[in-house]
Amino acid sequence: MKGVVQDQARSSRKSIAQRARESAGRSVMLRSFFIAAWAALLFLPFHGIRSALVLFAGIFAGLPVMQSAMRLGGPGEWMQRLPGFRAFTLRSFPFLRTSALPVFLLALFVLPFTLKDYYLDVLVMSGIYMLLALGLNVIVGFTGLLNLGFAAFYAIGAYTYALLNTKFGLGFWPSLPLSAVAATLSGLLLAVPALRLRGDYLAIVTLGFGEILRIVLNNWDSLTNGPNGISGIAPPFLFGISLGSLNFYYYLVLGLVLLSVLIIRRVKSSRVGRAWIAIRENEIAASSVGVNVTRYKLYAFAFGTFWAGIAGALFAAKMRFVSPESFTFMESVFILSMVILGGIGNIYGALAGAFILVLLPEALRDVQMYRMLLLGAGLVLLMIFRPQGILGGRKGVRIRG
Amino acid sequence: MFVLEARELTKHFGGLKALEAVSFKVKEGAIHSIIGPNGAGKTTLFNCLTGVTRPTRGSIHFSGQEISRLQPHEVAELGIARTFQNIRLFPEMTVMENVMVAQHTRTKYGLLSAVLRGSSFMSKERAVREKGFEYLELMGLEDHAEALAGNLPYGSQRRLEIARALATEPKIILLDEPTAGMNPMETLEVMDLIRKVKGLGKTVILIEHDMKLVMGISEWILVLDHGVGIAEGSPEEVRNDPLVIEAYLGRETTH
Ligand SMILES: Nc1ncnc2c1ncn2[C@@H]1O[C@H](COP(=O)(O)OP(=O)(O)OP(=O)(O)O)[C@@H](O)[C@H]1O
Ligand SMILES: [Mg+2]
Repeated sequence: MKGVVQDQARSSRKSIAQRARESAGRSVMLRSFFIAAWAALLFLPFHGIRSALVLFAGIFAGLPVMQSAMRLGGPGEWMQRLPGFRAFTLRSFPFLRTSALPVFLLALFVLPFTLKDYYLDVLVMSGIYMLLALGLNVIVGFTGLLNLGFAAFYAIGAYTYALLNTKFGLGFWPSLPLSAVAATLSGLLLAVPALRLRGDYLAIVTLGFGEILRIVLNNWDSLTNGPNGISGIAPPFLFGISLGSLNFYYYLVLGLVLLSVLIIRRVKSSRVGRAWIAIRENEIAASSVGVNVTRYKLYAFAFGTFWAGIAGALFAAKMRFVSPESFTFMESVFILSMVILGGIGNIYGALAGAFILVLLPEALRDVQMYRMLLLGAGLVLLMIFRPQGILGGRKGVRIRG
Repeated sequence: MFVLEARELTKHFGGLKALEAVSFKVKEGAIHSIIGPNGAGKTTLFNCLTGVTRPTRGSIHFSGQEISRLQPHEVAELGIARTFQNIRLFPEMTVMENVMVAQHTRTKYGLLSAVLRGSSFMSKERAVREKGFEYLELMGLEDHAEALAGNLPYGSQRRLEIARALATEPKIILLDEPTAGMNPMETLEVMDLIRKVKGLGKTVILIEHDMKLVMGISEWILVLDHGVGIAEGSPEEVRNDPLVIEAYLGRETTH
């Protein structure tokens, strides 16, 4: 019997990962079919059959890609062995660790003096998306909770400042923390019931929340002025001086991005961050070593949506105008793409993803029609050849023997 | 004297009686074993003890408290830790981080102090790291502290599971087939490690498939078969129990 037992154990050891992957593959297909069908049906009354079909196709194809990106650790081993592959990836970008950091920061600081307004504007937008990607990365990347409605919290941040400013005359500075708090509270409000659901269902609920919020913003004319949006939002003032210039927004966004990177980094390497990652890695084991899983998922939601609120207030102040159009489902997908592109769970990956995905469409302006197509194709290729994203995938010290 | 007591513990999965009125007491500081053939309900028993599944009936008492309704993290905080039969490490975290998360309930500080990094935070984090290193040393994993847990060889992963369980600073540690899939050499090493764990003053409950293996190490053995506790007592008593010979050893000869 001893032999039987050992054989059994050995064979189960070998095939656990393999079996898990196989069955995961099958059920992912099935589930993404249902999710896609459900989402398409939800969209049908609002957007007609064509966009419903597009959405169905998008989700049906996209979900397995995203999930394999989140589940599979590495890319093909063979790719890693290609000469120069490591150097090709951005993982070992030197400025993050070496004394080049102050030089890099100084360069960021003097950049506005050398750039045309158009480029500065693009940089400011990419900074706002960096905050969004950093926030979503806490939820999706650290904690492993798929959120398809992140733009909703961005919207709440933006509308909070827009309304506080236009209805109550509240300035930008007191509104900024209030926007963040409003986004955090709505994040908690959604998370408390939604976290009872697992994995894919959470994705559906967050998607639904995003859509519902957008529809509410579109239809609550007396408060939000419906599809016409809210205009005449004031820029920040300091000692009575308007700070509406592009240069100012650049420095403001730069400061906030640096601050958020610092804070998120510190939280990540504390018991809070370790608990989040443990939940992502293995929920049952996390709870068995004493992590209150529900509570820490809530923390992740609250902490992640906080940055969306900040980004929203910045966006409203910079644009001086908000409308529901800016906070569609596509916006949520866009932010999620940044996180995935950069490398799920990697802070600098989120920055890189946001930077690339804001810059690239601008660079591709001449081919307007095809740029979304090109981006989509690029993302699919990335998922195939480097599913852990540009900067993702931890290496750790190699083990011999 | 007794740190843990299960009374009439019962778990049904639909019509399947995975556990049927199992009662036992666990003596402080001793090594206990639970043995029984495949599907006897051993892992289910651990799941009930640690709050992973809720028993259908019965109660569990741990240091004067009824714990069968508690969540796994509450049980862990009270001082019961476990390993898993099918390894459940945090594969994308380093070996060190695995034992650091396990100290979650033993070091408390809030989000704010994590961001501000005052001196109290720094000394707490240093202590977590040092403690973690001690447990890694105990399990012979100190050389791999910075490796990703998922990259460890199989045997080391099993030992990391034990190190991680110890890092929660439990009174009782439950080991679910810690030697499954190991060769005889590794198995002997793990048995030595289990004695070391006992030496730390921990109470150990060990699930093992192989009856011979537990005879030498256990002070008390519970034999499960089809969810029923068919015998319990010292290794001597269990070995000579006719029911055990029929239900467990009897089957061995038919294989
Ligand atoms: N979640 C579950 N749902 C339904 N049945 C279950 C569940 N968990 C366990 N069982 C069943 O309960 C019985 C006892 O299982 P358990 O895993 O406790 O056995 P075990 O003694 O640990 O076996 P092994 O030596 O193979 O690990 C088995 O028949 C198993 O199929
Ligand atoms: Mg078992």
